[in-house]
Amino acid sequence: MNINRRAQQRSVEIVSNKKIGAYHHMVFAVGDMALHALPGNFVAISVGGPGSSMVLRRAFAIYRTHDRGNYGGTLELVVAPHGQGSRWLTALPMHATVDMVGPLGTNFGIPTEPVNALLVGGGYGSAPLFGLAELLKENGCRVDMVLGASSAGKIYAPLEGKRAVNSMTVTTDDGSAGTKGQVISVLPGLIERYNIEIIYSCGPMPMLAAVQEVAQKFGIIHQCAVEEAMACGIGVCMTCVIPLRDANGEIRMSRSCIDGPVMDGANVIWNSKGEIPKGTVGEPHV
Amino acid sequence: MSHMSNFDFATSFNNTSFPNPIFTASGCAGSGKELSQFFPLNEIGAIVTKSIMVKARSGRPTPRMAETPSGMLNSIGLQGPGIDQFLAEDIPFLIKAGSRIIVSIAGESVDDYGSLARRLRGVPGLSAVEVNISCPNVESRGQVFACDPIASRAVVEVVRRTLGGELPIIVKLSPDVTDIVAIAGEVISAGADGLALINTLLGMVIDIDLMRPKLGGKTGGLSGPAIRPIAVRAIYQVHQAFPKVPILGMGGVTNGRDALELVLAGASGVSIGTATFGNPSALMSVKEELKSLLIARGFSSFKDAVGHAHRSENE
Repeated sequence: MNINRRAQQRSVEIVSNKKIGAYHHMVFAVGDMALHALPGNFVAISVGGPGSSMVLRRAFAIYRTHDRGNYGGTLELVVAPHGQGSRWLTALPMHATVDMVGPLGTNFGIPTEPVNALLVGGGYGSAPLFGLAELLKENGCRVDMVLGASSAGKIYAPLEGKRAVNSMTVTTDDGSAGTKGQVISVLPGLIERYNIEIIYSCGPMPMLAAVQEVAQKFGIIHQCAVEEAMACGIGVCMTCVIPLRDANGEIRMSRSCIDGPVMDGANVIWNSKGEIPKGTVGEPHV
Repeated sequence: MSHMSNFDFATSFNNTSFPNPIFTASGCAGSGKELSQFFPLNEIGAIVTKSIMVKARSGRPTPRMAETPSGMLNSIGLQGPGIDQFLAEDIPFLIKAGSRIIVSIAGESVDDYGSLARRLRGVPGLSAVEVNISCPNVESRGQVFACDPIASRAVVEVVRRTLGGELPIIVKLSPDVTDIVAIAGEVISAGADGLALINTLLGMVIDIDLMRPKLGGKTGGLSGPAIRPIAVRAIYQVHQAFPKVPILGMGGVTNGRDALELVLAGASGVSIGTATFGNPSALMSVKEELKSLLIARGFSSFKDAVGHAHRSENE
């Protein structure tokens, strides 16, 4: 069990909230929470205000953090106003406060030696990859990035983010930006061209599963940040489980919030939504 | 205020006393480790553990959760490590943390409950055993024990007999029955020392895009503020019928005023479940708010407030 011991719960102030394409870029003054966050970690925010009928927290991958500035430590999120909770959050004005728990979960591992890294993001899943890119660059890595979305408006790639990478490839399903198609179609070419040694990914589960197939074919390590619906984010509700092979080779229903969100793609039993894979510890005996 | 410092917040279930009446709800506190980074576990009355079964259990497939208005459906399916690993890992951690412990047990047959009680006999550091009977009985075509007075009685009798007389047995009842007072009467006469009211209610959400049930397990247990009035009603009815039997109340408690409602209905303790998902420190805030509300109403002792809504018109 990998409980993030640096997690804290605090009331945090919104110090910026800007609409960018299909998303909101939000900045929160979080004090020393910013010091403890690593790329891949997430936060869980209470939504709807006091007396709200929305009883569960919403989990958001951390886009990046700054440990000092005009507002002290800040933490940034890229929020897609998909549902009732995220719409409430993105509609909040400057200086409003929200209850935040973080940083939560596991983080992307950074290689001890400089390597050639490929970062793959789907939709706003690209957000945590920019902080990761900076960290990898600081460690002497070559960093190439692929971002995919349904259309141009759903690609999240801020200018400063683009500067942090050696190359940026964009794919859209409708061809409104970059290469028409899905990220998977461009991966083999990039892997060969840049002699990729590790893949980091973040985005919808079907995309992560497809990235793992490519990584396996090329024999490349793949660290992915999984997305599974969470009720609490802190490891107590047992709803965000996915089947994961542990160090002893046993498959266990593991919590995305505690044993993830960053997992070794080779250890995840993919495409198992709606079923308990055969051989899982404690599988139902029919 | 001297009045405040003299307030007696303690509660008891039979001979076992707890420094305050705020407990976790079974299945809503992980192993205890996860919550211990948000508050010291010895600050609450006790940790009620997840319902532990004889063997390790993977639980149900995902999706396991659907948020509903003022509540949620869950379909976890009692995922857990099984009694052996639980006793080897979870219990020592809780003891070291100074937590009082109520172990919750669940079985698929009457024999399972007997085996679990046998494993718990003599385990040091336990304050009580909660018997979760809201499980399908494999020997009775999957009918839930808690909905069958005869099966409920059989389970409580075997636990009572196996465990001996030392640890209080608290039996957790399902509200999905026609007459909860009748089921309560059965388990009390079978040897229950206390009752836990209420478990979740069975519900379903259909995904209107997929046009299928949203949860992997199709049905799930409804919890959260949406079910609180049902909890208050059930506690009130059972306390009225069995005023001497202590009740651990639960169902949608989010703050001190909610907890007070359950206490006035007859709860000697209050468990916090779903509220913890939305707020990891909910147990602490409920505890402080309940205490303030009781003091503000002139109570010098928590126990005096238990069942206070039942007093006669001229009191």
